[in-house]
Amino acid sequence: MIHQDSKVLLEVRGLCATVNGTEILKGLDLTVRSGEIHAIMGPNGSGKSTFSKILAGHSAYEVTGGTVMFQGQNLLDLAPEERARAGVFLAFQYPIEIPGVINSQFLRLTYNTVQTHRGKEELDPLEFDDYVREKMKLLEMSPDFLERSVNEGFSGGEKKRNEILQMAMLDPRLAILDETDSGLDIDALRIVANGVNQLANKDNAIVLVTHYQRLLNYIVPDFVHVMEAGRIIKTGGKELAFELETRGYDWVGVEHKAATRATA
Amino acid sequence: MSAPGTINAGYLENLLAGQPHLPASPLAWLNALRAEAVERVGALTVPTLRDEEWRFTDISLLTKMSFHPVRTTISLQAADIARFYIEEATTRLVFVDGVYAPQLSSGITDNGVAVINLEAGFGAYAAAIEPHLGRLSEFRDNVFAALNTAFLHDAALIVVPRDVSVAIPVHLLFIATQKDVVSYPRCLLLAESGSAVTVIEDYVSLQDDAYFTNAVTEIALIDNARVNHIRVQREGVKAFHIANCAVSLARASNYQSVSVAFGARISRYNLNVQLAEEAECAVDGLALISGRQLADTHTCIDHAKPHAVSHQMHKCIVGGSAHAVFNGKIMVRQGAQRTDSRQSSRNLLLTGKAHVDTKPQLEIFADDVKCTHGATIGQLDSEEVFYLQSRGMSETAARNMLTYAFGAEIIERIPISSLKCQLEQTVLEQTTTQP
Repeated sequence: MIHQDSKVLLEVRGLCATVNGTEILKGLDLTVRSGEIHAIMGPNGSGKSTFSKILAGHSAYEVTGGTVMFQGQNLLDLAPEERARAGVFLAFQYPIEIPGVINSQFLRLTYNTVQTHRGKEELDPLEFDDYVREKMKLLEMSPDFLERSVNEGFSGGEKKRNEILQMAMLDPRLAILDETDSGLDIDALRIVANGVNQLANKDNAIVLVTHYQRLLNYIVPDFVHVMEAGRIIKTGGKELAFELETRGYDWVGVEHKAATRATA
Repeated sequence: MSAPGTINAGYLENLLAGQPHLPASPLAWLNALRAEAVERVGALTVPTLRDEEWRFTDISLLTKMSFHPVRTTISLQAADIARFYIEEATTRLVFVDGVYAPQLSSGITDNGVAVINLEAGFGAYAAAIEPHLGRLSEFRDNVFAALNTAFLHDAALIVVPRDVSVAIPVHLLFIATQKDVVSYPRCLLLAESGSAVTVIEDYVSLQDDAYFTNAVTEIALIDNARVNHIRVQREGVKAFHIANCAVSLARASNYQSVSVAFGARISRYNLNVQLAEEAECAVDGLALISGRQLADTHTCIDHAKPHAVSHQMHKCIVGGSAHAVFNGKIMVRQGAQRTDSRQSSRNLLLTGKAHVDTKPQLEIFADDVKCTHGATIGQLDSEEVFYLQSRGMSETAARNMLTYAFGAEIIERIPISSLKCQLEQTVLEQTTTQP
């Protein structure tokens, strides 16, 4: 929901980044206020996933220019875990499997780590069990998930639900969902989207990074941004997503080039 | 310093020096077996890096040291060793420096089930023992097995009769208490047709000086028998541990084994498994070493007959400047059709100086088989570390968790919960570095 007077959570200005010497982001600008849902769309290779990983602090990417402020703090100064504790959450496109670590232990450890750093109470195993089971209902997850190794042998949909479960537990200010719809059948998509919608509130913000429009049928964005060649070249409302679905991405690039030439 | 390949000629003679003091056995065939083993020791030499089977494992340090058979046995109280007990495994045989300790043991002879010292089985079980003892574990070309057999006296004997399932796990506890001593632990397990048993073979130490454990284990599974074999090598940090284990599976029998190696300066475990028709085995291992330790696991799974299944997962976690070796041979003999064999060797190097040699070896002489194998060597995956950091964990905590998980995947396969917890704790302590 857009509120003009709500606080700016994330302010990205002129962000440039490289991986292994190749320039991926070339001056990206984005402002996200609390209460808002943003969708970043774009063709493969436009830099969407790179942007989400940079926000979470992945060390493979080198930021070569620009600034990222999060709740008034320079996000780029923080280690990945500090960003998580400060309230940034990234739902991974490909969540990793950790055979040998039981999901419930993992969830409790991450929850308690983040709670401690936010100056809040830790939960003991019994209290945590109640807490996590409540959150799991949100995602229609069977309690069996708690006893299995983290993501090991989970289907694509189960992994994505486990990501959103972590989002529900860690209660982030800014959640970035990287291709959360990929690999989901329609039922799983509905469940995941429903979970995300229930987690959205006036104090947090959600950035959906997606190639396809179909997720946006379930999670309705306030803004749709189109990324191409490492920057956002067009921003619109939710109707832009439908236009992209029918017309593809090419026209946006053509329009952008024409506009750039006109101003030059 | 002697060149590789030339071991001080007196070395084996020194090791054999205590042998004539062994009392003769009432069983003529056992005396003959020992005599044959003595003769083989005389004919064999200590392996060096020039031997194909030992080319990654330098044991010259072992040959530079002098060990003698135990002269006086230390009298231990139950309180001294209670910390090694495994809650569920109340049937227990304890050997102190290789010598049977009846006062610490709680073996059984019940309805034909026997968990006893070998000597006590000579009356009732001699006929059952003879075809297996010293026969399953080949010693003619194996100097360490020959040495062990030359000293064959006290040994753990487990006999499970037909169609009997032993509910309580058996704990075979081998405790080293004296420095400079060489001991020769020996186990023989006979699982008769349709029987089932779980055995924990456990090597521990009460001291940190150098000693030498040279062990041999023989396991025979008759048709449809089921054996769970858990092997825990947690010797002292300066110990030498060389062990040979031979397992023979008859038709449709099932052998599940998990072996972990945490201790010893130098350790070597040879495991040979032979599978008859429709037999199944799972052979899993974990070596977790650091400092200057060397841990070598050599396995050979022999699909001698058709329709047998073997699964193997071996993992090494190597820190410091330690060195791990894995050589996993899978042999599928001519006629062993419909063999199903899966092997994987996964290795985690924690430091730049850690070292691993892994050599999966598949030899297939049948054409209708399903065999897969693979080996990976690497450091922790940076994507995995990042994933955990993105959930609020520090980089150190993330690395510790992933290292722990890598080892825990094997420990989890141990079917005895208190031992599993104990070993998981060990893995946790060994893999936790302070930030």
